[in-house]
Amino acid sequence: MENPTAAKVHAPPGGFLRRYVFSTDHKVIGIQYYLLALFSVFLGMTLSALMRYHLVYPGEKQHLFQLLWPNGAPDGIMTPELYLSLMTMHGTIMVFFVLTTAPQSGFGNYFLPLQIGAPDMAFPVLNMLSFWTTLLSFLVLCSAFFADGGAPLGGWTAYPPLSATGAIAGPGMGTGMDLWIISIALFCVASLMGAINFLTTVLEMRAKGMSLMRMPLTCWGWFVTAVISLFAFAVLLTAGILLLLDRLGGTSFFLPAGLVISDRVLDHSGGSPLLWQHLFWFFGHPEVYIAILPGMGLVSTVLSVFSRKPVFGYKAMAYAMVAIGLLGFLVWGHHMFISGMSPYSAIAFSVLTLAIGVPSAIKTFNWLGTIWGGQLRLTTAMLFALGFVSVFVSGGLTGLFLGQPALDLYFHDTYFVVGHFHMIMGVASIFGIFAATFYWFPKVTGRMMSEPLGKIHFYCTFLGAYAIFIPMHFAGIAGNPRRYADFTQFDFLKDLASVHKFITHAALFTAVIQLLFLWNLFWSWRRGAKARENPWNATTLEWALPSPPPAHNFGINPPLVKRGPYDYSLPQGGKDFLMQHEGEEE
Amino acid sequence: MNLAMAGSQRRASFTGLYAFLVSVTMFFAAFTSAMVVRRGASDDWKGVPAPSLLWVNTGVLAVSSVLAEKARRVLRAGDRRRHFNLWWTGATLLGAMFVAGQIMVWRYLHRHGVYLNTTPGSAFFFVGTIAHAVHLGGGWLAMLYLNIRAFRLELGPGRRTAIDVATIYWHFLGILWLYLLWLFRFWGN
Amino acid sequence: MLFAGLIWLTAAVVAAAFAMKRWWFPPPINTYAANFDSYFSLNIAVAGIIFFLAQAALGWFIWRFRNQGRRVRHTEGNNRLEVVWTAVTLALFLAASVPSAVLWSRVHLDLLSPTAMSVELLGQQFAWNVRYPGPDGRYGRTSARFVNDAAGNPFGIDDGDPAGKDDVVSGALRIPAGKPVLLRLHSRDVIHSFFVRELRVKQDLVPGMEIPLKIEADKPGEYEIACSELCGLGHHQMRGLLIVMPPAQFDAWLRQQREARQ
Repeated sequence: MENPTAAKVHAPPGGFLRRYVFSTDHKVIGIQYYLLALFSVFLGMTLSALMRYHLVYPGEKQHLFQLLWPNGAPDGIMTPELYLSLMTMHGTIMVFFVLTTAPQSGFGNYFLPLQIGAPDMAFPVLNMLSFWTTLLSFLVLCSAFFADGGAPLGGWTAYPPLSATGAIAGPGMGTGMDLWIISIALFCVASLMGAINFLTTVLEMRAKGMSLMRMPLTCWGWFVTAVISLFAFAVLLTAGILLLLDRLGGTSFFLPAGLVISDRVLDHSGGSPLLWQHLFWFFGHPEVYIAILPGMGLVSTVLSVFSRKPVFGYKAMAYAMVAIGLLGFLVWGHHMFISGMSPYSAIAFSVLTLAIGVPSAIKTFNWLGTIWGGQLRLTTAMLFALGFVSVFVSGGLTGLFLGQPALDLYFHDTYFVVGHFHMIMGVASIFGIFAATFYWFPKVTGRMMSEPLGKIHFYCTFLGAYAIFIPMHFAGIAGNPRRYADFTQFDFLKDLASVHKFITHAALFTAVIQLLFLWNLFWSWRRGAKARENPWNATTLEWALPSPPPAHNFGINPPLVKRGPYDYSLPQGGKDFLMQHEGEEE
Repeated sequence: MNLAMAGSQRRASFTGLYAFLVSVTMFFAAFTSAMVVRRGASDDWKGVPAPSLLWVNTGVLAVSSVLAEKARRVLRAGDRRRHFNLWWTGATLLGAMFVAGQIMVWRYLHRHGVYLNTTPGSAFFFVGTIAHAVHLGGGWLAMLYLNIRAFRLELGPGRRTAIDVATIYWHFLGILWLYLLWLFRFWGN
Repeated sequence: MLFAGLIWLTAAVVAAAFAMKRWWFPPPINTYAANFDSYFSLNIAVAGIIFFLAQAALGWFIWRFRNQGRRVRHTEGNNRLEVVWTAVTLALFLAASVPSAVLWSRVHLDLLSPTAMSVELLGQQFAWNVRYPGPDGRYGRTSARFVNDAAGNPFGIDDGDPAGKDDVVSGALRIPAGKPVLLRLHSRDVIHSFFVRELRVKQDLVPGMEIPLKIEADKPGEYEIACSELCGLGHHQMRGLLIVMPPAQFDAWLRQQREARQ
């Protein structure tokens, strides 16, 4: 057996800037992405906390609001336009800079090359460029807060004509909306660069013996996600450019004739608002899978490691991911059942949508199959992985309702939808990120995170997530529309005040609890117990390297891979597990 | 070991290129579907009065592609740097000519009162041709860079891969141009 | 095993909260809405059972397979099981799509009798406008140029068109009980969405399009119309009223409005 750790031939690049800022090392870039996502998630969460507060105490003055937004909350009371701009920014930040950035760009960058035994990503400079473009995109987005009129209020879906007609459609729809579109276009470019890099790395950089069917399921997740990104973000880029031209170039791609806004007759004509929705959701639905697939791969791995059992049905798991990736491009119409699209196509989209539940169900069954008969080590990483399965089931089942046009006729754009997608896209993906953080932290830092703190954080977050998002379904069943700046104008909404109050308190509690995680992360980074090379007795290649790994990974001796990724509890006795480069060729 | 690494680098470059071509294809596929939907959405569709210069440009780009291919083959066949330089410089110059020609087309349209927002057809025409020109500009910069390196006799194995990649990308842009031409001149007229 | 207990508790509380039906649909006001409710009940029952079984199984596995230092049997999967659960879920999902499509076609694909009354509903930032054609059944021509809210012409009805002279414009959507009505949905600025909870129906109003929507209400009363597509800063206050009247009363009201126009 060769010892890959002995091969430290290259010294890391000198100089702080080259080493930590403009680094081309995939590990540094991975950490940069993770920190960007970490900052974003706390920003996005803070926005949601402020929104939730306003929703249940609409008339109460808060000096903080006035301090932060002298124009948006002139007397300490949040204006509707401020509420909607916070909502838009919350959604955009969370979807793009957290759920797309952390699982794929963050963890993927750090661990894909390590797990396949590669020295780096295929194109390190492109990798650096894609991070800096993402950061630029984030800065442009945040600058919208300071634009004349504030941040845009059109929601993260930016439906025209609202998003295409400029400042007359509302505050924030002028410069703020332009900045939003530019930010998203930059993000598309960055994601395309990332996708090309990931795809090439998986196809061309695998160590000897690492066949596709020996890759850990995390790598399958990143690979399928990269392919999806390659297709989806290119389409969003086109859509973004056309939308920007409708605003700034006087074209009419999305704007029909005869619009009267703020008593002004616009001279656009002939465009189609539905065209945007088609283009947007052709990206937007696959985006959901971009957010969740890496988490699915990670959860499979973590369940296997801490059950000391191979992943149940490895092939089925890999194929299910591919199936989700493919079907994901055929279901965008289920976001448009009530948009005025042909009722016949609604039926087709409905059948395809329900069909995509099948690979998702296969994954769930296989997760249960993986822990069945195991000996579960309930570490924090494992708890988050199990929590992922729980919320994935809960969030997936409500999808059964929304995927049927007849039921969506009622639930569309209600809090039922908000509860559904937060559960499946938000909470499940975030649980994946948490599980990954606790699982890989020792490898990245050489130290362990605090388990007691981690467990308290997990239990509170798990309960908090259910307490926030399950009641939203009740509000939805009662017909509560989403994206309302307050609930004072409708009689039927007054009955739901207690539900919303409960949700807000649960949300504030859960938000505060996240500080525990932040504390755990940074405290453990400096002070955590020292980690061994392979503290979890895992089998994949990253654990064959020292913690943290040297700058050039395996150096000039890439490992020779001899077996699949999950060889736990082997019948031969002796060691409980064999790493992928250990033992005899399988 | 080094040879194997260089080989995998070369393969990676091609894979990366093809992945990139997929994303460019998706970009223009979305563009096309937007055009189809937009044309069907209303009865205000009008084509663009395109000058015959478009055909000249097409010819220029085609010859440029042929020269680039010739240069690549000369280099692969026998390291005759002088000849490679000749063909490759020709391809680069014609590439610049194509862009210049496109700018003349846009100016021609402006002179005839056709702007981005004049008709739905003109909007798509400008967006499509400019997007193509931007992609082409990226490829042209790569060609120029390789040209300078070639004149300095600095063509290592890595840059030879780059020449192959640039040439394939150049052909792709040529085919893309033919497609766009068909889209605007025939389907959209 | 704290977590196993927690999952069971969560599953039980969630299931109980749904079973309580404390925050639920308003009573239906037509047969379609009643059908919707029973189809929803079927769905929630099936989903609820799956939810409960899956969470209970997860909790049970966590408890049953807690680490007691036993040796684990190495197993990599079971192809027969994979086939079985793939087939079962596929059958379940496909089965769901059939009754759902039937219910959907009631709203969007069933033909309306040609004698049905037609009403135009126009959305604007942030109000609803309703227009009834005159006795001739024809709407007057409209143009954006004539839109004038202050003068009571939100539709922009062209005075030059005689067909528009007898159009009745109203702020509330009044319809006769028990009669099918064809709504013609328009928007003059951004996308809005027509949603009346009691009808269990929602439909976007898209500028540049006329979208037909068939509604029918059996129970007289007042019902709130809530805009359900983000339309700007006043989205949350875009409230309208659907007023379902006994037919005779409705006819009298419409006649009175027409006379007032003359």
